[in-house]
Amino acid sequence: MIPELGHFALVLALALGLVQAIGPLAGAHYRDAALMRMADSTALMQFVFVALSFAALTVCYVTSDFSVANVYENSHSTMPLIYKYTSVWGNHEGSMLLWVLILALFGAAVAAFGGNLPATLKANVLAVQSWIACAFYVFILLTSNPFLRIAEAPLEGRDLNPILQDIGLAIHPPLLYLGYVGFSISFSFAVAALIEGRIDAAWARWVRPWTLAAWMFLTVGISMGSYWAYYELGWGGFWFWDPVENSSLMPWLAGTALLHSAVVMEKRNALKIWTVLLAILAFSLSLLGTFLVRSGVLTSVHTFATDPSRGVFILAILVFFIGGALALFAWRAPLLKQGGLFAPVSREGALVFNNLFLTTACLTVFVGTLYPLALESVTGEKISVGPPFFNLTFAPLFIPLLFAMPFGPLLAWKRGDVLGVAERLMAAFAVGIVAIAVTFVIKGGQSVLAPFGIGLGVYVIGGALIDLVERTGLFRLPLATVRSRAAGLPRSVWGTAVAHIGIAMSLIGIVAQVWADERIVSLKPQETVSIAGYTLSFDRLTQRTGSNFREQVAKFTVRNSGGTVVGTMDPSKRTFPARATTTTEASLLTRGTSQLYLSLGDANDDGSIAVRLYHKPLVLLIWLGSVVMMLGGGLSLSDRRLRVGAPKPAKKAATKPALQPAE
Amino acid sequence: MTRKQRRLILIGSSVGVLAIAAALVLGALRDSIVFFNSPTDIVEKQTAPGTRMRIGGLVKAGSVERGENLRVSFAVTDGNHDIPVRYVGIVPDLFREGQGVVAEGKLEAGGTFVADMVLAKHDENYMPREVVDALKKSGRWQEGEAGNVAK
Repeated sequence: MIPELGHFALVLALALGLVQAIGPLAGAHYRDAALMRMADSTALMQFVFVALSFAALTVCYVTSDFSVANVYENSHSTMPLIYKYTSVWGNHEGSMLLWVLILALFGAAVAAFGGNLPATLKANVLAVQSWIACAFYVFILLTSNPFLRIAEAPLEGRDLNPILQDIGLAIHPPLLYLGYVGFSISFSFAVAALIEGRIDAAWARWVRPWTLAAWMFLTVGISMGSYWAYYELGWGGFWFWDPVENSSLMPWLAGTALLHSAVVMEKRNALKIWTVLLAILAFSLSLLGTFLVRSGVLTSVHTFATDPSRGVFILAILVFFIGGALALFAWRAPLLKQGGLFAPVSREGALVFNNLFLTTACLTVFVGTLYPLALESVTGEKISVGPPFFNLTFAPLFIPLLFAMPFGPLLAWKRGDVLGVAERLMAAFAVGIVAIAVTFVIKGGQSVLAPFGIGLGVYVIGGALIDLVERTGLFRLPLATVRSRAAGLPRSVWGTAVAHIGIAMSLIGIVAQVWADERIVSLKPQETVSIAGYTLSFDRLTQRTGSNFREQVAKFTVRNSGGTVVGTMDPSKRTFPARATTTTEASLLTRGTSQLYLSLGDANDDGSIAVRLYHKPLVLLIWLGSVVMMLGGGLSLSDRRLRVGAPKPAKKAATKPALQPAE
Repeated sequence: MTRKQRRLILIGSSVGVLAIAAALVLGALRDSIVFFNSPTDIVEKQTAPGTRMRIGGLVKAGSVERGENLRVSFAVTDGNHDIPVRYVGIVPDLFREGQGVVAEGKLEAGGTFVADMVLAKHDENYMPREVVDALKKSGRWQEGEAGNVAK
């Protein structure tokens, strides 16, 4: 009964979606207020029905109802409860249901919080949003129905892929989807603006908070996925330039560019057409990512099942939305009026620079990801494009971007003084150079480039702090004035500085991996292995039993160079009888932001066991940086001018003077 | 500065950055891509030793030998031809005889493949797609096995 209810709720959501896709659009065209207002209630009800459908599937999983094919294939009665919840989206059908749930959530949020949007814009946005939703409802109902029954219910399920039996599955996919799908709102706004043929600074002020929210989730979603891969796959790597990772990085790069160009549009009414195009591209890349991951074109842990009909269906959705939006863009964009003028050296110019490099970097990732697929379909030759390609293309584009980053917030709008800014950044240059020198002294010439990477990161942090110091008047003015100026500073200024510090932290963490140490050895009990001043002694091998697995645990004691015990590590190998598979559970020992990483290989007949041991200096900065970026985004989002649904032009006049750099 | 001049600067710098990116991409594509070969491809194409490549197929049953200091040797087969592979290190959890595998490395003059990376599947249900295609090409792919892949 429950699965049928879930199925039915999804069909109802589709019916509501169809109404919402057409009614409000017609309402906006004929200026019919009743038709336009209808979108609010259908958007909310769509969310309610999709949520019911999702809840129904969750109930099937939690109660281990193996008469549902999807549950049978991806669950097991002995699985811990938390994984019964998370395995709802640990498979193709369920993950698509989560996708539409989040899509409907964003639609409902626009309906609920978009109170002061112009009626026609809101109606058009919700209609476009519903077009996307309908396409995916049909996709789920026709090709990926999670509610299909098995005639004779099996007694036991086939268990969830053991790699996915981890807390990471509870965190990474929902956050990533909130980001991916969140860009659908910017897309809908862009398409709605094109339908209306009208766009202004207020439009950017409405779009920015949604984009910012999606961007925050995507940032952390990607980085949590990276951390999960780092500790679960047992290789100690955090980014493999795998096509699936790239397909989440591309919308992130486009979304980051969009965030910055929307600032120019909001403040200076310039870059309108470009901003609209970016909004379309960011979500198009999300759709492309969905296609790459869900169609079975690529093989990875994210590809749950391959079924050609699904690939073709998603491709059709992709072509319809991207092609349609771009065609609409080509047709209507010339109607959008050109905005304000600015000199090449100005805050606007700096943001254009940012956009230029971000989109170009995005393009190189795009080429590296799709070239092998294109080549294979044309010539049949199979190639793999791995990390060397991206190190040679992506990194050189990010260096100028990061170098220019501190200049942006310090430059004045309209016409800036680049030499003056360079002078103000002198202290940041100085600490950057000191950092390079210190790194060289400590680490020697192991890597020539890496110290410069560290220096670049330190300089970016310095630049962000200088911006804050200048604006608050710290060291210049009495403390009380500083405090009141700091409190009066727009939150978006704090947000910018914090987010920029975050990316610099990630950079430092990534660069520092040049100095990571690795030992791969075979050890017998009581033997020791040393790395980076730590000595690990292998105490013994024991067995443990979990609810649905058995594991072989190796106990290690870690001592520092002084011989003091600093901790124990117990990496293990888990065997899951239901799927007859083994996973490696690495053990991590955190010292500051550095980590020792230990994972087990195979046991040999002579009682020894292979181990992989890494020392990863400053590695936690990579992910902490992304959390700091998200905090920056959150600060910006809490700016009163940007608060969702509160873009009052009057406020802008009140706070604008404070936004100018302190002269 | 007129609007036109400004636009020229903008377009000029965009073209400049794109040109740099294109140069980087083309350079990197020449130097850093790795071709995938099945054992049959290697035998038939007479691939020159020393080229970096990926090979894929099944780990031949009974071919895995483990030596001192994490040395592993095995043979990759597509049913028609076998290629011996040497590797030093820890093989993935799902590396097993009779199962799909992809290895990256270089072919030695003697015909042995020296791998520096061994990839197995993420999950016991899947087979690397390259391996499936290689097996299909060699005619050793039975549709009955499709259950292993499509599910």
